[in-house]
Amino acid sequence: MDQIVSIKPLLAVLVSMFVIPVLVSSSRKPNVREAWTFAAGAVKFFLVVSMLPAVLNGKEIVLEMFEIAPGASIAFKVDGLGMLFALVASFLWMITTMYSIGYMRGLDEHGQTRFYSFFALAVSATVGAAFSANLLTLYLFYEILSLATYPLVAHHQDQKSKISGRRYLIFILGTSIGLVLPAMLYCYSVTGTLEFTNQGIFQAGQVSKPAMTVLLLMFVLGFAKAGIMPFHSWLPAAMVAPTPVSALLHAVAVVKVGVFSIVRVMTGIFGIDLLSSMNLGTIVAALASVTIIVGSCIALSQDELKRRLAFSTISQLSYIVLGVALLSPNGILGGVIHIVMHAFGKITLFFCAGAIMVATGKKYISQMEGLGKKMPLTFAAFFVGSLGVIGLPPSGGFYSKWFIILGTLESGQMIFMVVLLLSSFLNAFYFLPIVFKGFFPKNTESGSTAPSFVKIEEAPLCCVVPLTITALISIILFFTPDLFIDLIKTALGI
Amino acid sequence: MTGTVYPALLIIGPLLAAILCSGFSWVEKRACYPVAAAGLLLAAYSAFRVLMEVLASGTIQYRMAGWPPPIGIELRIDLMNALVLMVVACIALVNLFASHRFVSRDLADREGTFYAVYLMFVTGILGVSATGDLFNLYVLLEITSLASYALIAMGDPDRSPLASLNYVFIGVIGASFYLLGVGYIYIMTGSLNMVDVASLLPAIHDSSAILIAFIFCMIGVWIKMALFPLHVWLPNAYTYAPLPVSRVIAPLMTKVMVYVMIRLMLTVFGLDYIFEKLDIAQAVVWLATAAILAGGVMALAQKDIKKMATYIIVSEIGYMVGGAWLGNKTGMTGSILHILNDAVMTFALFLAAGNIAFRLKNVHFSSLEGIFTKMPWTMTGFVLAGFSIIGVPPTCGFFSKWYLVIGGIEAGAYHFVAALIISSLICAVLFFRIFEIGFFSDDSHGHGHGHSAGPEMAEAPISMLIPLGITSLFLIGLGLYSGVIVNRIIHPFLG
Repeated sequence: MDQIVSIKPLLAVLVSMFVIPVLVSSSRKPNVREAWTFAAGAVKFFLVVSMLPAVLNGKEIVLEMFEIAPGASIAFKVDGLGMLFALVASFLWMITTMYSIGYMRGLDEHGQTRFYSFFALAVSATVGAAFSANLLTLYLFYEILSLATYPLVAHHQDQKSKISGRRYLIFILGTSIGLVLPAMLYCYSVTGTLEFTNQGIFQAGQVSKPAMTVLLLMFVLGFAKAGIMPFHSWLPAAMVAPTPVSALLHAVAVVKVGVFSIVRVMTGIFGIDLLSSMNLGTIVAALASVTIIVGSCIALSQDELKRRLAFSTISQLSYIVLGVALLSPNGILGGVIHIVMHAFGKITLFFCAGAIMVATGKKYISQMEGLGKKMPLTFAAFFVGSLGVIGLPPSGGFYSKWFIILGTLESGQMIFMVVLLLSSFLNAFYFLPIVFKGFFPKNTESGSTAPSFVKIEEAPLCCVVPLTITALISIILFFTPDLFIDLIKTALGI
Repeated sequence: MTGTVYPALLIIGPLLAAILCSGFSWVEKRACYPVAAAGLLLAAYSAFRVLMEVLASGTIQYRMAGWPPPIGIELRIDLMNALVLMVVACIALVNLFASHRFVSRDLADREGTFYAVYLMFVTGILGVSATGDLFNLYVLLEITSLASYALIAMGDPDRSPLASLNYVFIGVIGASFYLLGVGYIYIMTGSLNMVDVASLLPAIHDSSAILIAFIFCMIGVWIKMALFPLHVWLPNAYTYAPLPVSRVIAPLMTKVMVYVMIRLMLTVFGLDYIFEKLDIAQAVVWLATAAILAGGVMALAQKDIKKMATYIIVSEIGYMVGGAWLGNKTGMTGSILHILNDAVMTFALFLAAGNIAFRLKNVHFSSLEGIFTKMPWTMTGFVLAGFSIIGVPPTCGFFSKWYLVIGGIEAGAYHFVAALIISSLICAVLFFRIFEIGFFSDDSHGHGHGHSAGPEMAEAPISMLIPLGITSLFLIGLGLYSGVIVNRIIHPFLG
């Protein structure tokens, strides 16, 4: 494959890191500070987009920075997969910044400079992970992301956030140091390289099947940001964070870095051929299936909207893992494209949850009956987002489910198709009633006198515009998913 | 190669400055600090020149006063000790700058004495790292130790004299073991020059006297470096010493002793002897594993940053000893790299602790609430030092751990690998416990909404922040360039 050496990937990563001192120094002028965040977001997005044509032409943009040991260096490589993820993350950062302004100012949160600074750092790490050329670099950005997110999770600095922050660290840091690090070092000591390649780094017969299984599980469970059970419970706990954090980081950036890492390891370190020859996909797919079903069932029982969304995320993330673990071209395509589709769907839902919170202060689903008439736009967006997550047209989410189901047929593992259909049913069951009751409340205590006339009280414009945009894009993606499909196809050569 | 004078300047610089300082302490106290700074600057510059020269043209053998070995005293500087010298000289210099304010506030009546003894300590430790002679090593080691006893006793008036006395007793025992070992070597070979001894030893490898010599030397060195379970003197001595003192002794003393151990293993006794004639390597790796875990567990029980850091040192000693005794090149690389990295990260940790102690008067966990708001810059350095000790990339601690773990896997020492990973987890707990205390403060009412006026910012003086800033940047710099250090310095040295 053609390679272009360029400094652009590095710049795209560093832009949001370099803006942090500027943010800190303008902490007393919120408007200036937010302007800088926007500027950094725009530059970052522009840099990512500027690499798009080359990647679509089947080229890879590479940059090697520091060699730590032979075969292990800190290096960037932009391929289709990384490009897809970076595009989504950097685009949604801009949208989320706008939303943050509305949300953080609307609730008069403290420590906003700290919030924006660590947010920028987290986005840097996300794009860094997307552009990593090898497992060492990926691990580096994975860890930076874990640490940068801690102050955001613990933002409120009260007892509840302290406990959640602790749980967050134990799960995320504990698994990455305890499982991923030894697995990675073992791979290195056996093969002498950590480079991602489509053939994988292992020679035939280098590692026995049981050892390979253990390694794979160490990676799949060790990247706990992907929320595969039993290492999932940090995610609902992390919902104490301000909603923009839940929206961008815990529906898109952080959790998808986890999934992305698993995808990279399965496709780039092990290689699809090796996994299918050893028949290792099924174990991972089974783990993912359990998470999908159990996650959906728990989501059903949650009354706090953000927690319901969190469990839904846990279950949806495993779609991606399941798709890849099917080890068939369509399965992988569906899994990876779900990174994009779920991102737009779920961020819309979180934006809506935050908008309801800002406008009415309500956090629980049981309190939200009839709110749809006050906040029609928000609830309409919520409906679109739900469609995306359930996987119904006209939303982009339809494609991921479509391709994954094709994948199950291709690989002849029909049982996983059942899992998917059951989960879709559950998804519909826990999302659509919220919308329905929002618009058609059962007991309108005041409504009996004048049900037809409700004053519209939407959240601030800065909250409503972003959620409208993401909802619209979610629909647009249904009509034009080609860009992302092409990116995945060039990356995996399928 | 006798052309260069820098090896001599390296030691004479601080020595002269020490003598001048003790003179000035009677006449003009204010002159002591500039004199000390000049002496250490000279040492650091010389160390830099020596390193450059060794990189360019190989090992330097400097004969004091021109006497040829084995009779004369020889300084023998190769890639490894050039690196150690560089680290020692720089840390001693940076710590001097960082300590000035502290010394003139807390040790005002003993300023001259402090600088004089401090310089003697640095002289000794530079000498230990530079010498090519076994007996000289003993003498310089005693100079270092005597100076450090005196320095430690300057601390907390209630606790430090006892801690220092304890250290004296155990230190003397350690030194005696080493001296006995050297005595055996001298009896058997008639020489004290390291290279000379190394050439004479293979003929008498089977002699039990050499075995005894080796074991005595190792025990002596282990006592001095505080390898578990010979560590009991260390935590109190380092905790109750004044901060400017523990800041330099903690990173340097133990690390230089690890250097001495590796020097004895590689240059004097030779790896063939240790790993083929003797059958103790596995036992030592187990001991190192125990040290790593015990140090970590004991650190968990502490409620004070300084004391916690001393137990982390005990644990880190296990890293280096284990790496060196794995018996492969990767492990040895990790061990040598960790001498460098651990010195810098322990130093950064103690610098940050020093800044906190300067403002808060103590470093007890309970007084750290809201410390991130009070001292944001200091805490940034502290966080970086913590990450490096945990082993988060791209800080340098990650990369030496990388070599150590891979060395462990190559040698099949999975217990050592497991200990390293567990130690990382323990360190994560240790540091995040402090971060948590510092990040949350009980006195912030309600949920912290609104712009409640938090604690006032009370940052350490700039003369203490700059050294911390530089050191923490080095944590990242050394990490990113560890490939270069390994390829240019450590691998050529190991051959």
